[in-house]
This record gives sequence, C-alpha cells and structure tokens, in this order.
Amino acid sequence: MYVAAKGGERAIENAHRLLAHERRGDPSVPELSPAQIEGQLTLAVDRVMNEGSLYDRELAALAIKQARGDLIEAIFLLRAFRATLPRFGASEPIDTAAMTVRRRISATFKDLPGGQILGPTFDYTHRLLEPQSAASSDQAPAQAESSRNSIPRVTDLLARDDLIEPSPPPNTDLPVGDLTHDPLSFPSGRDTRLQNLARADEGYLLALGYSTQRGYGRNHPFAGEIRLGEVELEFVPPELGFAVPIGRITVTECQMINQFAGSATTPPRFTRGYGLGFGHCERKAISMALVDRALRARELGEEVKAPAQDEEFVLSHSDNVQATGFVEHLKLPHYVDFQAELGLVRRLRSEYEAAPGPMRQAAE
Amino acid sequence: MNAPAYNFAYLDEQTKRMIRRAILKAVAIPGYQVPFASREMPMPYGWGTGGVQVTAAILGPSDVLKVIDQGADDTTNAVSIRNFFRRTAGVRTTTSTQQATVIQTRHRIPEAPLSSDQILVFQVPIPEPLRFLEPRETETRRMHALADYGLMHVKLYEDIARHGHIATTYAYPVQVAGRYIMDPSPTPKFDNPKMSDCPALQLFGAGREKRIYAIPPYTHVISLDFEDHPFERYRLDGTCALCGATDSFLDEVIADDRGGRIFVCSDTDYCEKRRSEQAIATESSRG
Repeated sequence: MYVAAKGGERAIENAHRLLAHERRGDPSVPELSPAQIEGQLTLAVDRVMNEGSLYDRELAALAIKQARGDLIEAIFLLRAFRATLPRFGASEPIDTAAMTVRRRISATFKDLPGGQILGPTFDYTHRLLEPQSAASSDQAPAQAESSRNSIPRVTDLLARDDLIEPSPPPNTDLPVGDLTHDPLSFPSGRDTRLQNLARADEGYLLALGYSTQRGYGRNHPFAGEIRLGEVELEFVPPELGFAVPIGRITVTECQMINQFAGSATTPPRFTRGYGLGFGHCERKAISMALVDRALRARELGEEVKAPAQDEEFVLSHSDNVQATGFVEHLKLPHYVDFQAELGLVRRLRSEYEAAPGPMRQAAE
Repeated sequence: MNAPAYNFAYLDEQTKRMIRRAILKAVAIPGYQVPFASREMPMPYGWGTGGVQVTAAILGPSDVLKVIDQGADDTTNAVSIRNFFRRTAGVRTTTSTQQATVIQTRHRIPEAPLSSDQILVFQVPIPEPLRFLEPRETETRRMHALADYGLMHVKLYEDIARHGHIATTYAYPVQVAGRYIMDPSPTPKFDNPKMSDCPALQLFGAGREKRIYAIPPYTHVISLDFEDHPFERYRLDGTCALCGATDSFLDEVIADDRGGRIFVCSDTDYCEKRRSEQAIATESSRG
C-alpha cells in the first residue's frame, strides 16, 4: 500500500543528532575548544568576523566549531546573532595613521619613513609540507623595539606633492550608510559600496579583483601600502557630546595606487582604490581595493565594460550568506512548481508528436 | 607521515624535460609564447613561479645562481628564491652579475653587460602584450598568428593624442626578430635596449599563464614607436646618493615625512661594485 512521505519532524531530529555526532568526530581524539580555534586558527576567525560583520573573536571561534569548519556557515551563524543586537550608533572614523603597526609594506617605495615591516606573513615561506613545523615552536619571535610613533601613510606622502587624488572630505552632516538598515539602491554611495565589499565573500572579491588584473577592466594597480595593526575605536555618546575610547580592534588596510586620471581642468595624478577589513585579512583588503577602484570607473569617466566595473552586478552578488542561501535552496522541495512544468512539457510533446512532419522540422 | 623527498632543483626530471622542450621551441621561434604544463610550485603564483620553473629546468650542479628583484639581491623575494635553490639544488649562489651563470630576475635587467655564457631568466606576470587591448586568449592568438598588430599601434597613437607621450613606462612592448610582438615583462623601458643583440640567452617564464618565450642571443629587438615619436629610453635625471652613478636606473627612497627624498641605484650589485672601486681608488691615491 502506498504511504505518502510524512514524519519530517522525527527525520529532522535524527539528522541533527547525526550532525552533532559527525561534528564530534572520533571520540578517542580530544575535542576542539573554541579557545583553541580562537588562538590557533586566527585567520579563519578573522574571516568569519569580517564577513559576519561582527568583531567578536570568541563568538566567531564558537561559530567555526559549531559549523564544523564550514566558514560560510559560521559567517551565517554570526550574522544571525548580529541581527539581534541593539544598535547604539556609529563610531567615529578610525585613524589608521595612528595605528600600532605590526606589519606594514609598500610595493611602491623601497624604503620610506617607518620602514618596511614584514610582520607575521606567509609571503616568503616555501610551501613545502613540513610535519614538524605544524607542531609547536618554542622559539620566541624577535621583537623590534615597539614604536609608539605613528607611521605616515604612503598615500599621504604622495598627497603632499598632489601626485594622488585627495581622499574625499568626510561629510559629517550625512549619516553613514548602513546596508543592514537601508537596502542597497543604485547608483550606490561609496560608503555603502565599501560596506558591501567589506562584508563580501573573499573568494568572490578575489576572482573579480583578479579579472581586472587580467584585462577585464584593468586599472594599473600598485599596492601603495598594506598595514596591519591595532587602532583605537571612539564613540560619542549623545549624553556626553564628546568622543570616548571604547576599545581597540585589529584591522588590515590596503591603499591601492592606480593609474592616473586628469582632464583639461585637473592635472594628471594617481587615483585610489581602498580596502579595509577586521583582523588580518590581506587577500581580502587587496581584492577589495582592486574592486573598489574598478567600481569607480563611471565616476572617473572610464568605459564600463568588464564585470568588475558593473556596480549592480558586483554588489548584488557579493554576499555569501545571501548567495549560499539562494543557491542551496534548490535542495528544498519544489514539487509543486515542478509538477506544473512537467504538465507543460507533456502537453508540448503531445502537440509536437501530433504535428505533421514539415512543422516538426521547422520547430527543430 | 612520510617525509617527502624532493629531486635536484625541486622538479622531477620528466617535468624538467617537458619545460626544456618548451624552452627549445621558444628559442626556435623568438618572441613566440609557447604553452607549457606549468606546475604548482611551493611559492604563490605571482611570486615568480614561471621563472623558478625555467631556472629549475636549466640549472646544473656547476651553475652559479644570482636572483634579483627590482634589481636588488637583498629584496625579500629574491632572498627567498635564492634560498629555495640553495636548499633544493645546493648550487652556488652569488650577488655578482659577472660571476653568475644563471640570473633570475623580476622587473630589471642588470646594468652590467651580460656575456654569451650567461642566461637571464625573467619572471613574467602577463606574457601577452595584447592582453590589455583584448582580454580573450582565442582572439590574441589569432592576432599573433596573422601578425595583426594594428590594435597595438592604435593604442600607442591614442596615448600620444591624449597625453602627448606614449604612456607606457614599463612592460613596454617590443618586436622580436621582426616578427612577434612580445611583452618584456614589467621591466622599466630604460632596460628595453639591453635586450637587443644581447650575447646572453633571455628566457621568460609565466607560471600562472603557462607560457614560456625567449630571445636567443644576438637577436634584434626593437621597442615599438613611430617615426615622428621615436622610442625614448627614460631615466630620471638624478644621481645615486650612494655611488654617484648618473647612468643607472634609480629607486626613489622617501627620507622623511617632510617631502625629503633621495635616489639610489636599483641594481645593488652595480652600486656596490662602483663603491668598492671608488674606495680602492681613494686608497691607492692616498698610498
């Protein structure tokens, strides 16, 4: 006798138990703690904080554990939590020139005030699998005398000679755009665009940035400066009316210097692309700066012809929580819609078969 | 876990043979981009994986290797690649342009003239000189096959119309042996004339784009230009603050945040040689 598929509730419950079991893995191997993830998988934590749009290392680590290491799932967990938090207001703009710098490199000048500081980087490691190095290292790292002085930004040095376009002055009268409160509209402001890119999937930005380097919207980039370090965060409580420090966060900033623009009324000078993200996220910050610059094509009077320059295309598909939701929703039942399609195909086929030969050929 | 064992100069011999065949073809058709089955290397694409594969394929135990980046032996990536070959091939390394048999370079050609027993290996990011005019490979290969290079001349002409100059300062396109237009890799155009009739073999490796090309010794290479806008070899009008050179390519170094700057030779070996010669000259004039 035919019995329709029911009992979804028990099936879901069992699936969740199985998921928890798989997440735990071999019980003879010690269980991972969120503290281990927070301390030893720091770059995964940084990525989840960035795309999750929430600066909380502890929660990001917990999300990674709960998501079995699926970072997009972890980002989703963090976003869902973030959505429940009350909003007190916007912080003051951070000052990256006043950053306590841990890494700072410039690809445009061999030496410059503040010097080149490699910091913790994979850049010059040889990618040879070394089981020993995966184990702990007892060697304490060499410590430079920590410089409390702020290190000037390369773009500020170039701006002294007017060789690069100035950063647009802050407009303090207008509130800062926030995509989580106001949906995206086109053409978008640079603030919401940069917010969109900061929350965007790293792989997506990487591919788009890469495409500009390979000729699809080329913009002649030079990494003027990449810096990593801690900055102070300030907030103006309305009842006080002046800025108070509320903590320090780690950020990565990329200032891209791109080929010149100029016109009859303005002298030729370099243009900018900008990238900023939480934690140590160089790949993201560099990609973001490439895409930001590509998206300025219309503003700078360049022909818009490559995917990375198409604002609507880029910004509408950058969010991996949205993207994964819609792509993966194809797993959900579509019985009803499919049934309607099935009916139509059957009807079309019967019409096709009933038609005389020549008409068939025409249809083919 | 099994500790992996690596061959001399990292790559296995079959891979080296494949790369050498590509190199031979490249030498036989100067300036033509030969596709090759580029391997994953233990450094990222963009760090010189093409150059490293070419070097690995031509290196022998008696070779003496020099690696430069931006003309300098002490830049981080040059140090890293030199250490890689010291470790995987055990070859002798040097910073002296004259003593090296193989020189791997990124973005410069040494100031000192090269000789016929040397090979210069360039790291190439984008081997296709037409790429920024036409992003599709199918199209650019057709253009090369038909020597259909009008688009490139139109681009250079448009530069002149817009800026009064050809606005290409590095990776300045050249024509090799009267046939293929070739990307010299992002060397400053100051270095372009050194490529022509050079006694050394010049090999170009692009790992990510999977292409190898070559300029055989004593091959004529011209930088594209127009009769009324001839190619100009640009050099910043300055003097090296360390050795006083007035003929070398200079790096700008920002000295402070008040607008102070100095210029130094980008070719560190050239600069050091000049300084030690000056020291000897001063010494002997005193003695």
